[in-house]
Amino acid sequence: MNRAFDLRMGESHIEVYKFRTGAIPIATLLALVIQAWLPLHFTRAALLDLPLLVVIYLGLSRRNPSTGLLLGTAVGLMQDSLSGPTVPLGLFGIAKTVIGYLASSLGARLDTEHPAARFALTAGFFVIHQAAVALTRRILLAQPEPWFTLHLFAAALVNALVAMFLFVLLDRLRRPS
Amino acid sequence: MPPRHKSLVLLAGVILLQVLLLAVQIKRDSQGRLIRTWTVGAVSPFERVGSYGFGWFRDAWRNYFALRGTRKDNEELRRENDTLKLRIAQLEGKAAEADRLAGLLGFRQAQSDVPMLAARVIGGSAGTASLTIEIDRGERDGIRRNMGVITPDGVVGKVIEAYANTSQVLLLTDRESGVGAMLADSRIQSPVGGVGEPLITMKYVPNDDDVSVGERVITSGMDRIFPRDLPVGTITAIQPGVNFKQIRIKPAANLEKLEEVLVLLTLHPLKGNDAPEAKPPAPVASNPAPPQVANP
Repeated sequence: MNRAFDLRMGESHIEVYKFRTGAIPIATLLALVIQAWLPLHFTRAALLDLPLLVVIYLGLSRRNPSTGLLLGTAVGLMQDSLSGPTVPLGLFGIAKTVIGYLASSLGARLDTEHPAARFALTAGFFVIHQAAVALTRRILLAQPEPWFTLHLFAAALVNALVAMFLFVLLDRLRRPS
Repeated sequence: MPPRHKSLVLLAGVILLQVLLLAVQIKRDSQGRLIRTWTVGAVSPFERVGSYGFGWFRDAWRNYFALRGTRKDNEELRRENDTLKLRIAQLEGKAAEADRLAGLLGFRQAQSDVPMLAARVIGGSAGTASLTIEIDRGERDGIRRNMGVITPDGVVGKVIEAYANTSQVLLLTDRESGVGAMLADSRIQSPVGGVGEPLITMKYVPNDDDVSVGERVITSGMDRIFPRDLPVGTITAIQPGVNFKQIRIKPAANLEKLEEVLVLLTLHPLKGNDAPEAKPPAPVASNPAPPQVANP
């Protein structure tokens, strides 16, 4: 059955969404393509991390940690691959694996449909993602990487803002319950 | 194992694998070429399509939608262009007028001993029967009948009627018009008159005299209207006649495009310039009497 179903967690009823056939790979691919192409034409678009937003959204919607972390891994590795030889494979892979897991886990416990919740969660996940990237660079790659800057703070807010609208669009890919 | 623990184990495993992948890349200085190739190969077609699509959209926007106001702009620019063309034409006209007036002034200063009055041409012949112009000066300005009218280029004609504020001028090309003239080189004298055509004629030059095409014809001063040596025209054609040559002359003044003229304000005989003595006119005994140079 492709219908949405309820995941009972104690007293609360959390709805788990399924998506139209091919929606997830297409959305993922589209996010990667746009992410690789948009900054070429609009420099400010480099603030965005659309693959991260897709991972967050799918994690929050599917609410399955295993699926979420695997999706994060796949998206992260693809992003690493598209980032050129200067970015080792696994840098974004690890960070997005963590985000996929956390988003799925949190999605199973919280109501993530409200725009304000989505804004706050996205901003938080962006910070965690950046922390994971910085940690990987500093510890595993021995490369200097700031933990957090004002620029990254602005990027977190921008991504959270964009996520509010992007998630509404992605909601349309859900199968009707 | 509970599902929660399964996912945690999976998380740890996946992260560990990626850490190993990182370690391998650093240790072997390898960039994971295969997976990069696969990913780039899978994604680049979409990037290309996206880039083409964006380019098409951008071109469509720039070349069509963004040009919505171009037609209006084009019309406004056309109107502005027409206005500017008209303005340029007006300015060119004013510049030409200034040149003409400067020429008149220079000529007037050069002929300071001859009283002159500048006048503007305000009208032309009412019909084809006569070749006249109307000027904006009249009796109140001192103009009287039979006064000579010239431009710096040459003779124009004479006043045939003077009104209070305007005057009519009979052009040199009119059938009734005439001026005492002579050939500038040979100094042969003969009156010149109009025949109602753009060219005027010199009728009383004997067939024996040497006259060449291109020779200048100037006033002789014998008509006591025009000073001596004013340009009358240039010979354009010579044909032998029964007794006299038939000489066609192109008037020196552009009689078809007159805008400003000078009126010689005297009816007294004008003092001629110093010039070589003119040959006497053809003997009257053997030729028909030449017509009056200027109509009374």
